[in-house]
Amino acid sequence: MAKEFDLNEVEVWDGNYAASQALRQAQIDVVAAYPITPSTPIVEGYGSYVANGYIDGEFVMVESEHAAMSGCIGAAAAGGRVATATSSQGFALMAEVLYQASGMRLPIVLTVVNRALASPLNVRGDHSDMYLGRDSGWIQIDAFNAQEAYDLALCAFKIGENQSVRLPVMMHQDGFTTSHKAQNVYPLKDDVAYKFVGDYVPVDEMLDFTRPVTHGAQTEEDWHYEHKAKQHKALMDSRSVIDEVFAEFKKLTGREYKRVETYMMEDAEVALVLLGSSVESAVLAAKQLREEEGIKVGVVAPRCFRPFPYDLIREALDVPSLKAVCCMDKSAPGGAMGALFNEVSAAAYTTSSRPMITNYIYGLGGRDFAIDEAKRIMKEQKAHVDAGHITTNIQQFSGLRGPKLGFYETRRS
Amino acid sequence: MAITSIKNLKEFSTNNDRFEGAHLLCPGCAHSMIVRELMNCTDDNLVISSNTGCLEVSTAVYPYTSWDTSWIHIGFENAATAVTGAEAMYKARKRKGTLKDPDAPVKFVAFGGDGSTYDIGFQWLSGAMERGHDFTYICLDNENYANTGGQRSSATPVGATTSTAQAGTHSYGKKEKKKDIVSIMAAHGSPYVAQLAPNKWKIMAKGFQKALETEGPCFINTVSACTTEWKFDPKDTIHITDLATDSLMFPIYEIIDGHELNILYRPKNVLKVEDYLGAQGRYRHLFKPENKHVIEQIQKDIDKNWELLQRREEVRI
Repeated sequence: MAKEFDLNEVEVWDGNYAASQALRQAQIDVVAAYPITPSTPIVEGYGSYVANGYIDGEFVMVESEHAAMSGCIGAAAAGGRVATATSSQGFALMAEVLYQASGMRLPIVLTVVNRALASPLNVRGDHSDMYLGRDSGWIQIDAFNAQEAYDLALCAFKIGENQSVRLPVMMHQDGFTTSHKAQNVYPLKDDVAYKFVGDYVPVDEMLDFTRPVTHGAQTEEDWHYEHKAKQHKALMDSRSVIDEVFAEFKKLTGREYKRVETYMMEDAEVALVLLGSSVESAVLAAKQLREEEGIKVGVVAPRCFRPFPYDLIREALDVPSLKAVCCMDKSAPGGAMGALFNEVSAAAYTTSSRPMITNYIYGLGGRDFAIDEAKRIMKEQKAHVDAGHITTNIQQFSGLRGPKLGFYETRRS
Repeated sequence: MAITSIKNLKEFSTNNDRFEGAHLLCPGCAHSMIVRELMNCTDDNLVISSNTGCLEVSTAVYPYTSWDTSWIHIGFENAATAVTGAEAMYKARKRKGTLKDPDAPVKFVAFGGDGSTYDIGFQWLSGAMERGHDFTYICLDNENYANTGGQRSSATPVGATTSTAQAGTHSYGKKEKKKDIVSIMAAHGSPYVAQLAPNKWKIMAKGFQKALETEGPCFINTVSACTTEWKFDPKDTIHITDLATDSLMFPIYEIIDGHELNILYRPKNVLKVEDYLGAQGRYRHLFKPENKHVIEQIQKDIDKNWELLQRREEVRI
């Protein structure tokens, strides 16, 4: 039996250590991992628990991230709790097997510490890797700070392993700004945390020889479509399970999570939609602008990136006072509008107010996003409202050196 | 572990039948013989993984399966990683007491073709061998990417024509030598490595049993004659394999703990390699006068390799 870890009521942890503690408390059976900056300390933290008797499970240090996820899939199919961690290039190397984990309906937890994708090589945080995973069939949940990285990692197991879900879950946090920033974190006691997560319930396990199972069969045009449709339905239906798990977590800890977090939206005239550690900066900026200039700014943060909370985004934006929304994408858009812009626009199109929507690309490769810049963008939205039309290009780049970069004019009546 | 009787082929071939006869492999494909033998040579529970390849696409097409045991396929390259992930889970769950039948013996086996073993899955195989998991990896070596229609692999021998190393007016087929996968795996410090062939079924079954019984990562390269791409009559699979082993194109031997080499089969009459090459369409062009030198070179290489194997057997270091 694994040793209990002596925890204080308040610990000073960074996001990485918080996530690794949550993995320890979930008493994972197999971790197959390969280190990569900035998620390495999650794997190292786990290694220290193994070395000191806090873990009963197996710790398999493989030779690549592709092998890490491959090993996780083999282990999960053998009927136990499985998790790993990665970032950026490692995430990209895993891409092939991410789709297999979800297609095989294996509830693996992947803690992703978001980092830019090369080239140019960059170790800092942006959301390129998170965005790369958005069609992979995984549930994607985003933590904005270290406490949330701990809380949501525990929730991730409970969501993915729910019998009606049975899907893998990514728990994201921002590289460095969250992963390496120490903050006060209130952990649960080991037994309380484990009880919340619960025992793993094997399904179609390879180690039950009374009922041999074939995993990873081939399907062509006759059955592939039905499998993918069913998988999509499970992902869409996971929304209610996510809500239930968050509600249960609130009951246990008092800490409340929602698939879409909203701040000051009740009377908002303009809003920013964004993800990750920037949410806290945006909320601070909005509060200051409300005080300083009386601009009614709100913030919307999709905590759940997949399944995309189309329902709750629509609800959040269906505010009669809302006139302009700016979607902030922290990923190189690759010849398109930002993904968040596209998703949010689709949801907003069905609201009665149909606000103006613009898109900012920001923070690529860890470029700082400060409160002043958030305020400038908010004021720009207010200018759109006052003019009655979008006064800038629809897509712009924030914090970019050199000449301003923007695309698409507004069609003005 | 319970060792199955391997006294006579008829009895052995029907023993334990966990690989169902209904599958989509080509008539005359040696893959099914090798897989069947592996599964018939033990009574233990089996967790099997397969890389993408002929075996996988022919045995697990939904809603059917040929596998009456636990089986998993993930991708082209990662069968070794998949099965060693399962092996890690077995250890963890045994320790935690969450297995349904904790006392039942279990063996972990991965299958890959030469494409996934020598080439695309080489890193995954190497990693799994280095980590020391208790599993056996079996390469079904048909010396080409047969599943995609016969392209060269690094297991394709010199002189064979494939669709991506073609014989033509300016080429005699593949020019590069076959990768020595057995030595590479032995160099990983594996406790048991062997090269076996289904025509010598008793030797092969004993080799399989030895690998399954040996704790740690074991590797076996098996010659799997490919009627479709080597171009011979489907009824001649074992005949062609006889020519392969008796010409020493495909010597049968094992290496224990990375150094103790034992030759497991010495042909009474060693055949000339022409006999082997001449029986297959993939080498037909070598019999043109301008390509005679290639056959001579292949024979020289075989002689040199046989000499090397015998010396390694003698010195045992």
